[in-house]
Amino acid sequence: MLQTNLNHINSEDEFKQIIENNENVMICCGRMGPMCLPVYDAMESLEDKYENVKFYDMDFDTPHAHVIRNHELARKFMGLPFTFYFKNGQAVHATTSIQTKKQVKSNLDEYLT
Amino acid sequence: MKAIHYDAIILGAGAAGLSAAIYLSRAKLKTLLINEGSIGGQMVLTHAVANYPGVHETSGRDISLIMKKQAKEFGADIESNVEITKLDLSGKEKLVEIDDDEIFTSDVVILATGGKPRKLGIPSETKFKGFGISYCATCDGDFYAGKDIVVVGGGNSALEEAVSLTKLVKSITIVHQFDNFQAHEYAIEQAKKNDKISFIMESEITEILGEELVTAVKVQNQKTGKEQLINTDGIFIYIGYIPNTDKFKDVIKLNNRNEILTDENMKTNVDGIFAAGDVREKKFRQITTAVSDGTIAALNAIEYIQTNKK
Ligand SMILES: Cc1cc2nc3c(=O)[nH]c(=O)nc-3n(C[C@H](O)[C@H](O)[C@H](O)COP(=O)(O)OP(=O)(O)OC[C@H]3O[C@@H](n4cnc5c(N)ncnc54)[C@H](O)[C@@H]3O)c2cc1C
Repeated sequence: MLQTNLNHINSEDEFKQIIENNENVMICCGRMGPMCLPVYDAMESLEDKYENVKFYDMDFDTPHAHVIRNHELARKFMGLPFTFYFKNGQAVHATTSIQTKKQVKSNLDEYLT
Repeated sequence: MKAIHYDAIILGAGAAGLSAAIYLSRAKLKTLLINEGSIGGQMVLTHAVANYPGVHETSGRDISLIMKKQAKEFGADIESNVEITKLDLSGKEKLVEIDDDEIFTSDVVILATGGKPRKLGIPSETKFKGFGISYCATCDGDFYAGKDIVVVGGGNSALEEAVSLTKLVKSITIVHQFDNFQAHEYAIEQAKKNDKISFIMESEITEILGEELVTAVKVQNQKTGKEQLINTDGIFIYIGYIPNTDKFKDVIKLNNRNEILTDENMKTNVDGIFAAGDVREKKFRQITTAVSDGTIAALNAIEYIQTNKK
C-alpha cells in the first residue's frame, strides 16, 4: 500500500469503474521511491485546483497494476513512476520517470481539459 | 494583490530548512517555509539513513515527515510544491511571490535550497529520461535485469549503486572523468572486486544513441581525445550535485562553484539573509550538518529580528 494522501486503486475492477465513470482521470503507478514521491506530491497539491480531474495512485508491485504496467503506451517505459492520463475511459497520454509539478500541470491542461 | 507579512521566510524544505522552521516557529516567530519541490529534499532519496544520531536506521522520508510535523505543530506555515515567480531580497523588507498569485514579505529570509543532481548536459539526455536514462538504481534497476548498462560517475553514489545493480544486470561499465575515484576506500574496493564491473577512466560521454530507447553511448578519452562506442541498454547517472542558487545569484555572494558564502553564523553578504545546508560553501554535506546549519541560521535570525524590532 502506498503511503500517500491520494486515493488508491486497489483492484482491476475498481480501475475499470474509475476510468469508465469519470471523464478525466490521472493515475500515478509507482513505489515509495525518490522518483515517484515528487509526482504524488505534485498530484496532491493540484487536486483542489483541478476539480474536473480525479487523482489516483496505484502500487506498481500489486498484481492489478498490470493494467498500467502492460499498457500499450508503457511498452517502452524504463523508469518509475508510470503516469497515465485517461479521458472518457481512454488513455490519452502517459509519462515515464519523475515529472515536475509544472510538467504534470501542462499535461493536465493539454490532455484533460 | 495584498502581501502577507512574516517574521521569517525559509526557502527550501530539506533538512536545513525544516530545522530552521522548527526553531523559528518554536520561538513564536511567524514563519513561512516555501519549497519548490517535495518536502524533505535530498533526504527522501535515502531509503536507509543509518548515521543520524539518536535514530535507529530509518528512511529519509520518515525523518522528513517527522520534521515537517514538528514545524507545523510549532506553528510554521508550509507552502510546498510551488514555484517562486518573483524574489526580491535586496531591500529591508524581503519579498517572495509564488505561483504568480500569492505575495509574502518578511524581515528575514533563510536560503536552504540545497542541491539538485548534476546532469550530463547532452541534449538527448532529457529525451531518454525513463527510456534508458535513470538517476535512481533502486527505482529503475528492475527494468535492466539481464542487460548491459553504463554507470557514470566516480563518487560514493556511483560506485555503491553500481555494486547494488550487479545483482540484476549482466554487465556494468563505469565511465569516470578522472583517473581516480572520489569515493570511500570500501566502496572502491567493492566495485573493483566485482566481476561484472569494468572501468573506463578519464573519459566522458559525448553522445547518447538510440531511436526510442538508448542503444549505445559515445565515450571520449579526455587525454587522447579518442572516441569509442559502447553498446548499452541503459545509463545510470551519478555525477554529483549542483547548488540551487540560480534564483538569487545576482544578489547573494557565491563562490566559483555557485555555493553561497556565509560566515560561521550563516549570514550572507546581504543584511537579513542567512543560508543553511548543502547550498552553502562547506566541506561535509550530510543531514546532520544541514540540521546544524539550519539551527544556527534560525537562532541568528531570531537575534536579528529581535534586535531590529527594538
Ligand atoms: C543519494 C543520497 C544519499 C544520501 N545519504 C545520506 C545519508 O545516509 N546520511 C546523511 O547524513 N546524508 C546523506 N545524504 C546527504 C544529505 O541528504 C544532504 O546533505 C541533506 O539532506 C541536504 O539538506 P538541505 O536541506 O541542505 O538540502 P536539500 O535536501 O537539497 O533540500 C533543499 C530543498 O529546497 C528546495 N528548493 C530548491 N530550490 C528552491 C527554491 N528556489 N525555492 C524554494 N525551495 C527550493 C528543493 O526542492 C529541496 O526540497 C545523501 C544524499 C544523497 C543525494
